[in-house]
Amino acid sequence: MIWNQHYECMPREQLKDLQLERLRKTLERVYHNVPFYRQKLQEAGFEPGDLQSLDDLQKLPFTAKQDLRDNYPFGMFAVPMSEIVRVHASSGTTGKPTVVGYTRSDINTWAELMARTLTCGGTTKNSVIQVAYGYGLFTGGLGVHYGAERIGASVIPISGGNTQRQIMLMEDFGTTVLACTPSYAIYLAEAMEEMGVDKKRLKLQYGVFGAEPWSERMRQEIEKRLNIKAIDIYGLSEVIGPGVASECQEQKGLHIFEDHFLPEVIDPVTEKPLPFGEKGELVFTSLTKEGIPIIRYRTRDITTLKAEVCPCGRTHVRMEKIMGRTDDMLIIRGVNVFPSQIESVLLEIGDTEPHYLLVVDRKGSLDELEVQVEVSQAMFSDKVKGLETLEKMIHHRIESLLGISAKVKLVEPHSIPRSEGKAKRVIDKRSL
Amino acid sequence: MVKQISLFLENKEGRLARVCRILGDAGVNIRALSIADTSNFGVLRLIVNQPDTAYQILKQNGFVADITEVIAVEVPDQPGGLAGTLEILEKKSINVEYMYAFLGTTSQDALVILRVENIAGAVEALEAANVKVLQGEEVYSL
Ligand SMILES: [Zn+2]
Repeated sequence: MIWNQHYECMPREQLKDLQLERLRKTLERVYHNVPFYRQKLQEAGFEPGDLQSLDDLQKLPFTAKQDLRDNYPFGMFAVPMSEIVRVHASSGTTGKPTVVGYTRSDINTWAELMARTLTCGGTTKNSVIQVAYGYGLFTGGLGVHYGAERIGASVIPISGGNTQRQIMLMEDFGTTVLACTPSYAIYLAEAMEEMGVDKKRLKLQYGVFGAEPWSERMRQEIEKRLNIKAIDIYGLSEVIGPGVASECQEQKGLHIFEDHFLPEVIDPVTEKPLPFGEKGELVFTSLTKEGIPIIRYRTRDITTLKAEVCPCGRTHVRMEKIMGRTDDMLIIRGVNVFPSQIESVLLEIGDTEPHYLLVVDRKGSLDELEVQVEVSQAMFSDKVKGLETLEKMIHHRIESLLGISAKVKLVEPHSIPRSEGKAKRVIDKRSL
Repeated sequence: MVKQISLFLENKEGRLARVCRILGDAGVNIRALSIADTSNFGVLRLIVNQPDTAYQILKQNGFVADITEVIAVEVPDQPGGLAGTLEILEKKSINVEYMYAFLGTTSQDALVILRVENIAGAVEALEAANVKVLQGEEVYSL
């Protein structure tokens, strides 16, 4: 099922024309209404009238999360507050949150995009959808809520938490679609197993999971334990909230709703755009937003874009599942390395939650990478040869994936320091 | 069959002492041990009087540990004694992964721990050649 055949399956050439026209309007809007962008564009020597083609996008300035913080709370808004019908805010780990505002038209657009997202996964007006994303300043709960209502599904606006109640309503109301974070889905599955819930009695068919990065392995686990299809959705409040991109039934990449958001992948260091298929930082430019239009917003999420046509019929480009964050990126001997890549190697070797530490040092003029891996029960062998083989295997896999040679060191469990339960992944001694 | 505890140790000062202390405090007596190590890590193998307790205690203390079955055999305490025993296994193409000596003995004979993949085959071959293979309980209570 496709919610909006006209836009979601639009021929690429036609889509590009639409994007260019909408980009022009967006530039006009920010140039005349947002002092921050007016100044940035003037510094770049670019006036809205200079826009000739989508290739000109790379001449435009970037927007960082910090820019939203610097203009806290409403400095980035492009309309007077009388036009704003809702605000959301993302919780900053430090200091002030980043605030976004929606006009009535933005709310309407968002509901449309979430209707597409939910339809992508299989929601229809016959679905009973349990929205276990948090409602409130966070965009997850209300975002899914409006999209589900737009479709005409029956919405259970339970919000997050209260696991026993979630499970009770899931059974009693016959929930068919679960919307929550992937980690909460696993938590729900565990709770059901502990409570002795007969999962065959549940009517759950699939789940829309997002708001945090999750691995393919987590997907397999959710699908197996809840006996559902697990669909990945992507969004961030600075761009609109959930509803930026969604997997279709193929589950091979997330379609970006390109008639509303223009995606790019750039090298996070040189800031140069990268061709399709190359891994880099995802950047979005909004094309229709009124409240807080955003130009080349740096998501800090790492992915690749694929242009191949999807069997589902949608023409919009797909992004891979998020592979990591630029914040975690290391440059070792000129190669961009993400802890998540090392993690994927360790996951392949068969551990559900590998604990590892990357130690980077410089010997002479050469960077050295040491990968410390906590030995788990699954990895352990009473034979030294078995452990040495494991070290070599990790070494080879890292080398073939990253093209650099790392020293692999097996360490005892719990020997890698953890802060607040989350392991520290990188020690870079070079900067000292 | 004899239960052997194996665990992963980093080559760091005080690690072995810590294992011995943990087991000692739990009243577990170490009967034989061997360490196989590389430059980074080692695998400690232990024969103790209470293998199941030792295993639990080590796990509770956060170690990665395993219980593996090994065989304990008496080897004549004389030149060529061990060679004779190993030749019996070699003839049957039974590969010895590793071996180490036992601290206490039953008689004048030396006691050796052998780790092989094919335990049943090894025991059968050794017993057919009149080599004494000890039962777990005999070893733990030595
Ligand atoms: Zn598709």
